Amino acid sequence: MFQVRIHGRGGQGVVTAAELLSVAAFTEDKYAQAFPSFGSERMGAPVVSYCRMDDKEIRLREPISAPDALIIQDPTLLHSVDVFKGLNPQGYILINSRRTFEELGIAEYVARFPAHHVCCVGATELALRHVGRPLPNAALLGGFAAISGQIHFDSVEQAILEKFSGDVGAANAAAAREAFDIAKAMGAKGMTAC
Amino acid sequence: MLKQIEGSIAVAEAIALCRPEVVCAYPITPQTHIVEGVGALVKSGALENCEFINVESEFAALSVAIGASAAGARTYTATASQGILFMAEAVYNAAGLGLPIVMTIGNRAIGAPINIWNDHTDAMSVKDAGWIQLFAETNQEAVDLHIQAFRLAEELSSPVMVCMDGFILTHAYERIDVPTQEEIDAFLPPYDPVQVLDPVEPYSIGAMVGPEAFTEVRYLAHEKQLQALRLIPEIGAVFKDVFDRESGGLIHPYRTEGAETIAVALGSVNGTIKEVVDAMRDEGAAVGSISICSFRPFPLDELEATLAGAKHVVVIEKSLAPGLGGILASNVRMALREMAVPVYTVIAGLGGRPITMASLRGILEAAAKGRLPDVQFLDLDHGAVEREILRARGIRRSGPTAENILKSLGAAAVAGDE
Repeated sequence: MFQVRIHGRGGQGVVTAAELLSVAAFTEDKYAQAFPSFGSERMGAPVVSYCRMDDKEIRLREPISAPDALIIQDPTLLHSVDVFKGLNPQGYILINSRRTFEELGIAEYVARFPAHHVCCVGATELALRHVGRPLPNAALLGGFAAISGQIHFDSVEQAILEKFSGDVGAANAAAAREAFDIAKAMGAKGMTAC
Repeated sequence: MLKQIEGSIAVAEAIALCRPEVVCAYPITPQTHIVEGVGALVKSGALENCEFINVESEFAALSVAIGASAAGARTYTATASQGILFMAEAVYNAAGLGLPIVMTIGNRAIGAPINIWNDHTDAMSVKDAGWIQLFAETNQEAVDLHIQAFRLAEELSSPVMVCMDGFILTHAYERIDVPTQEEIDAFLPPYDPVQVLDPVEPYSIGAMVGPEAFTEVRYLAHEKQLQALRLIPEIGAVFKDVFDRESGGLIHPYRTEGAETIAVALGSVNGTIKEVVDAMRDEGAAVGSISICSFRPFPLDELEATLAGAKHVVVIEKSLAPGLGGILASNVRMALREMAVPVYTVIAGLGGRPITMASLRGILEAAAKGRLPDVQFLDLDHGAVEREILRARGIRRSGPTAENILKSLGAAAVAGDE
């Protein structure tokens, strides 16, 4: 089983991101379970969602306390929420930021992880450019596909196009494609930010 | 067709495939997505010959359902939490009148303190109203139980409540096989009421009954539930023939063969319990579990037979009878009245508190050693409650409990950070 925890703020599409990821896994014939944290769903408040993926039926219903991957949609959470709690020492970290880990003040922490497992992508800027709105969730899933190898980009793209119709779907898919390419290129160069 | 879909939306699609003629509901978290989903299917025309009635309250929702059902329409509604309390009088009426309404409960706690998250207090508040109550373990079973519920309700002429855990199931995206219209039509015959209000052949439904006949009418309500004990497995078997999967029935035993410690629970927590059972079995512990699907009628005989070899029975329940302990545990004890086996009550998951594998494992290990108290609150913060008890003893105007506990936890968290 592979477990992903997504941190963001109310209004950033944190719950939708987990749902999209589960749909992407489903298109690859995997079992997947996406669910929101059962906390307050106020605009701007810290929000958590979860996605489990497995080759067999998922029966477990507890929240994910030991994730294999983290997607952090808002880097300001690094200073208010213990987002890294329970993360697998060989896990993956994807942060929505154009800054480097050094600039974010977590270089020492992320150095414990394999270099190609950790990455920052400026997904909000990608979303603004492609979609016209600061919603980083779909783009980050492209980045997640690139660094984790748990899911093919084509599946992410398909999930996005199923969820969002017409131009909105195409624009989100384009943002995800660019995030995927950026993360892949950084992984190849051993870099961690763009 | 297999879909990766939210539990609520899958249930809404299944309801629509059952061809209800009247749907009336009032939105309340966490049930809202279901009735919104049904409403969208009526509006789009996907669900034909169905009137979706917006009502002003839950009392109106079930009252309209009662009228529609009495007039011969296949009728559906849904609610949760305080919603079911607000319709409580109509809940009893629907059962007393024997009207085959199907209602989803997106299980949620009841205030005060106000809480929107999952537990089973809402369903338990009307457990003796005369409705059949089925609990879904998974979203697939939630879909399947609704389909079975219409057939069961109409065959018996009794209302059926399908309980699915709020958020944990209603808001989870999972792989769900949503049946086709052809499959549903093969399983669910058109509604043929045993009583119907018809101007061509007028009679009344809802007579006043005095002491001369009230007991007899009530006895027949009990007898109808006993009929359901036979009918629920039968309908489950027919369902398996048509849909090629097991769903419903009275109970689902899991690895109970040779088990000395057996956990018993309702609803989605059974998935986590099965993971714990597998982990402990791998290490040689003789543990098993039973998921109770039919809470009303209560399967006394099946539980007695399945628990016959157990040395420790651990009932894990998401509801509390203050001043007594467990509601489900008390019912399980009734099933085991001729056996000298300890039945422990574990109150868990109240108001959305996560029930983790680690905590469940601790409970089952303690039970196997005979070290569980009669009633235990899983993961209770003993420090917080003891502080509050002591504080309230020392001062007359101790203030509101909920606010005091929140303040106390906040202060403890700040102290911990420092």
